[in-house]
Amino acid sequence: MIVNALLRAEEISRSYGDTPALREASLSVTAGEVLAVMGPSGSGKSTLLHCLAGIFTPDSGEVWFDGRRLDTLDDGRRSELRRTAFGFVFQFGQLVPELTVADNVALPLLLGRTRRKDAYARAASWLERLELADLGGRRTGELSGGQAQRVAIARALVTGPRVVFADEPTGALDSLTGELVMELLVALAREEGTTVIVVTHDARVAASADREIVVRDGRVTDPYASGVGR
Amino acid sequence: MSVPLALLGLLEREPSHGYDLKRDYDTFFGGGKSLPFGQVYSTLGRLARDGKVTAGQNEPGDGPDRKRYAITPLGSGEVEAWLAEPVAAEPYLHTVLFTKVVLSLMLGRDAAGYLDAQRATHLRRMRELTEIKRTGNLVDALLADHGMFRLEADLRWIDITQARLGALAEAVRDR
Ligand SMILES: Nc1ncnc2c1ncn2[C@@H]1O[C@H](COP(=O)(O)OP(=O)(O)O)[C@@H](O)[C@H]1O
Ligand SMILES: [Mg+2]
Repeated sequence: MIVNALLRAEEISRSYGDTPALREASLSVTAGEVLAVMGPSGSGKSTLLHCLAGIFTPDSGEVWFDGRRLDTLDDGRRSELRRTAFGFVFQFGQLVPELTVADNVALPLLLGRTRRKDAYARAASWLERLELADLGGRRTGELSGGQAQRVAIARALVTGPRVVFADEPTGALDSLTGELVMELLVALAREEGTTVIVVTHDARVAASADREIVVRDGRVTDPYASGVGR
Repeated sequence: MSVPLALLGLLEREPSHGYDLKRDYDTFFGGGKSLPFGQVYSTLGRLARDGKVTAGQNEPGDGPDRKRYAITPLGSGEVEAWLAEPVAAEPYLHTVLFTKVVLSLMLGRDAAGYLDAQRATHLRRMRELTEIKRTGNLVDALLADHGMFRLEADLRWIDITQARLGALAEAVRDR
């Protein structure tokens, strides 16, 4: 066992009805690490990410975050933890199209009862770091795919989360744009010391992570754990 | 491509004549070209000299192909180690990767485990190239990109092959 793990899953299993999606998957991530989760489609990557993030609870096994058992927290505490300690970036559909870019980025802070003025100031500074300073007033429905993903990253990072979970964040982008988006996410996460867990089947995206694991048939294979991949 | 290791791998199935080895080599690994008989026998001769195969008695009949070759424990050990070991991540590897996978399946070895190890080796190289892109000048970055596209092609092939290992195993065993 890795002693200084920030987030750890121990033999977690999860089924949808009769369909097993995860089978005793184990995994450990240290603080500040950028981990890529690879594997064929349908292998259980999203389910694993949702269990780690406390969106789903596994049917069996344990999830630990920062020394605390996460999967046995009640719903209220888990959503509180998600709101304060975690950030999320999905493939698409996560921004509110009727709101402006600045509103979308400030939203998690406003929901957390940060004062309006502070929330928008912090949103503006994140938009600047993502090279989006000029777009604060635009509606997100009008953005290109790459711009929308950068806004999503700003929104995921604005609360200062310990972990950002990203599920195919570049899946809908062309490869050059995807690479740029990933570069920004990784660079900012490293500056902030934020842990990133990114699901991807793009090798370039995985190559900007520190390490990758492969999910196959609901099981995690860590090529480095066996020593074979060294 | 390593002809000696491919022939050793084929011999790991069962003792064979040079002719059978050549036919199977051409079928699976020749890529449309055939391995000259001369090269088959000179390779087998060197493998025998090095103690990796043994040549049986001359059997009655005509022609050079009257010996059956069998792999030795030394040869088996070499095949075993080679199959499990990922290749350094360089361009133009497809024939080596392919040979390892096909031989692993023929011999009932852990082809999926080998592919996992190879993916890890490729990704580690891609990580180095990513770092060069991040820190190097434009020329270095474009060269790194070239290497990355080639490695990506291998990685896609690794993914697809891994998804079809069951079918490929049947195909190479049924022959
Ligand atoms: N909501 C759901 N209902 C039923 N089956 C599901 C549901 N979500 C996922 N699955 C199944 O669980 C397995 C793993 O899915 P998922 O975690 O989404 O894989 P991945 O993200 O690797 O594509 C698949 O067989 C998928 O069909
Ligand atoms: Mg998914």
